[in-house]
Order: sequence, then structure tokens, then C-alpha cells
Amino acid sequence: MAKHHITTTINGEEAEYLCEPQETLLDVLRDQVGLTGTKEGCSSGDCGACSVMLDGRLVCSCLVLGVEAAGKAVETIEGMADGENLHPLQQKFLEEAALQCGFCTPGVLVAAKALLDTNNNPTETEVRYWLAGNLCRCTGYDKIIRAVMDTAADMRGA
Amino acid sequence: MRYEAPGSVDEAVKLLADANGAARVLAGGTDLLVQLRAGMISPEVVINIKDISETKGITADGGGFCIGATVSGAEMGEHAALVAAWPGVVEGVELIGSTQIQGRATMVGNLCNASPAADGVPALIAAGATCTVAGPNGQREVPVADIPTGPGKNSLANGEFIVNVKLPARPGNASDAYLRMIPRTEMDIAIVGAGVNLVLDDSGTCTEASVILGAVGPKTITVDAAAAALVGTKVDEAALAACAAAASAAATPIDDKRGTVVYRTKVSGVLASRAAAIAAERARS
Repeated sequence: MAKHHITTTINGEEAEYLCEPQETLLDVLRDQVGLTGTKEGCSSGDCGACSVMLDGRLVCSCLVLGVEAAGKAVETIEGMADGENLHPLQQKFLEEAALQCGFCTPGVLVAAKALLDTNNNPTETEVRYWLAGNLCRCTGYDKIIRAVMDTAADMRGA
Repeated sequence: MRYEAPGSVDEAVKLLADANGAARVLAGGTDLLVQLRAGMISPEVVINIKDISETKGITADGGGFCIGATVSGAEMGEHAALVAAWPGVVEGVELIGSTQIQGRATMVGNLCNASPAADGVPALIAAGATCTVAGPNGQREVPVADIPTGPGKNSLANGEFIVNVKLPARPGNASDAYLRMIPRTEMDIAIVGAGVNLVLDDSGTCTEASVILGAVGPKTITVDAAAAALVGTKVDEAALAACAAAASAAATPIDDKRGTVVYRTKVSGVLASRAAAIAAERARS
């Protein structure tokens, strides 16, 4: 079976890759495009480690076929910082040590950014439900939730 | 495996029919990709229907709504008019999975996947929704209740797929609700689900009701006795108690690690009556 030649936009830049029909967007991002910030956890849509934005929608890249990204806009953790300047969420996660092993962190950051981009004044309950699909085995979640809440507060104050 | 993304209903039907059962339809993909990866299915061709205009968007339709087969849960939740008219249908779909899953998963996929515990289905059946099924012999309108036939099985024939779902026009003083019980607070599978749709008259008396249970049988259970317990009443405590008793009596759950028969039977009544109370409150306001 011939591979599909896909043209898409990744983090604002045009990108091309060849992929098999059954390859996921996660496989393609990591193995073809070389963007390994997006992590493979469960590969069944349960853990959120592979979270990316697809046409402005938060999705698990393990549940998207690589061919489906044709003509769409993909945003990954690699596009979150502005050059050397970390996104406020990234900065806050560092300052407040909202991570331990760090494996879930890219997915958590992408998901949290998606929330704050539409709602910079979420309640703690809203943050917890929004991030319910991002599993973390280290932190017990409290530091993650606090860092997101504190970032939102900073963004409102700015 | 081949991948196809047809641009029309007819092309999709032809691809499906030509594959003679070896094709799978891709909409949200949140069940399909998991099944592919687990080796549960190995289709010769996957047919992405998201490029077909008829499967997209939520449109007003004769006083009701037409919801395309590729509309995600997130899109439904963001549609203020749909949420106002059919809050129970929308809250059922919104309970499916995480934020990430909501960005992709579709109500129609939930229906076709035919899990007995599907959160998107009981309120949809209670609503009296129909769906447009396209196939080699043209299109037909089918009650959504007729689509799931058992765990993982649906009534679609070779070459058929669902193009959209239609929610009927609604009188004033009408609303719906869906509740489910899960062992944790998020990201779990229902051990009981209950969808209730009802209509009140100007005096607040219930004139029509539908009570549907999920996850307590191989398919959803339409509990006519529970609906009858509401009709003709003000949906007061006595009516809700009768509704609960009828729902518990109709439940046929299994025992498994997430819930016992006794517990699921009891909770079936509790959720049916609570959903009825919520639907009535919404209908009054």
C-alpha cells in the first residue's frame, strides 16, 4: 500500500510527511516529524500525554490518524513557547514545581493552555474536570491545579 | 488497510458497499482507533466521513435540530440553542470521556458503537430522535432506538451509514435530563444511566413522558411503566416514587466488579426519578 503524502501546518509552519493509513498523528509527530515533546502513554485516549491541538480543538493525537491532519492546523508543545520566552504556564510549572518525572507535563500544558485561552477565570473544579483526561502518577495533581490557577490569576492581572 | 475520505454521501455508500463488510466508518475515531490498535478489528478500508457536508454542523430543522454524524460532543455543548432545547441529550453526550475525547467523539459514533452503557444514547432515545441512514437503496429515516441491537452490534446493513440525527420540534414546558452513576467522579463507564424526556401542560401536569435506562441490560430499556407513573401528575413526590419503583422493576443488570445487581437495580430507580425531577424543573422554568 502506497504511503499517503500529507501536507499540513504544524506550529504555524507548513509541514509534509509520508505516512501509512493506520499510523496515528502521534506516531507521525514523533517518528516522522521529529517532534518528540508529545508523549505516548496509553495509546487509547485515556491518559492525555499525547494531547495536541487540531484546528483549535484539544485532542489525543493517538486517536487521530496521521492522514486526517491533511490541510489542518496542528499545535504541539514545541509551539507553546515564544522562542526563548516560555509560555506563562510553562514558567509557572517550573516556579511551583508542578511536575516530577515530567512525562505527563507536555500534555498537561497543552490542555491547560486550551482552557486558559477560552477562560482565564476558571474555578478549581473547572480546572480539575478539564484536566481529568490528563493522568499524572507523580504529583497527586494538587501542584498542577495550583499552577494553572496561579497562571490564570497572573493572566487576569496582566 | 486503505484510507478513503469521500466528499459525498453516494461515494461513501459505494465505498462501504464495495468493501462488503470489510470497511469501517471513521468519524470521531475514539472507538475505532482503539479497536484498530488493540487488534479487535482489521478492516480493509477505513472511510473518513468528515469531508461530507451533510455530516457536518448543527442546523435548525422544522423547529427541531439536525445534528451531523461528525459533530463532536464539544460542538454540541457549545451550541446554546441546542443546549437550551435538549439539555438532557447534550449532557449525556458531554459525559463521554475527557475534554480531549469530547473534541473528537460523536453522538452518532456512540450510538453505532452500541455499548449498553453508552451515555449518549438513553436521552437521545427518550427524545424520540430519528436518524438518516444512507445506503445502496437511498436514504431512510430510522428511530435511533432501532440502531443498537446488542452489545457492540447495530442494525446497519452492508453499505449503510448514519448521515445525521434529527431531534423533533418541542412544545414549550418541555425538557429532558440524563444522569448516570459511575464509581468515580469522571472518566468512567456508567453502571446505570437514566434519560427522561417530558412535556408539561400550562398547569404543570405532565402530558407526555419517556424514561430510558442504560447499562442495566444488553440494550437500553424503555420503561413505559415509569413514564406512565409521571403522566397525569404534577411530577410530585408520589409520582417520582412510583417512577423509581417502575424503573427498578424494569432493570435487568449484570453483576460485575463495578456494580452488583442489587445496587444497579436500586440505583436505576433513584436515577430515573432524579432525572424526571430535573427534567420537570427545567420544563417549568
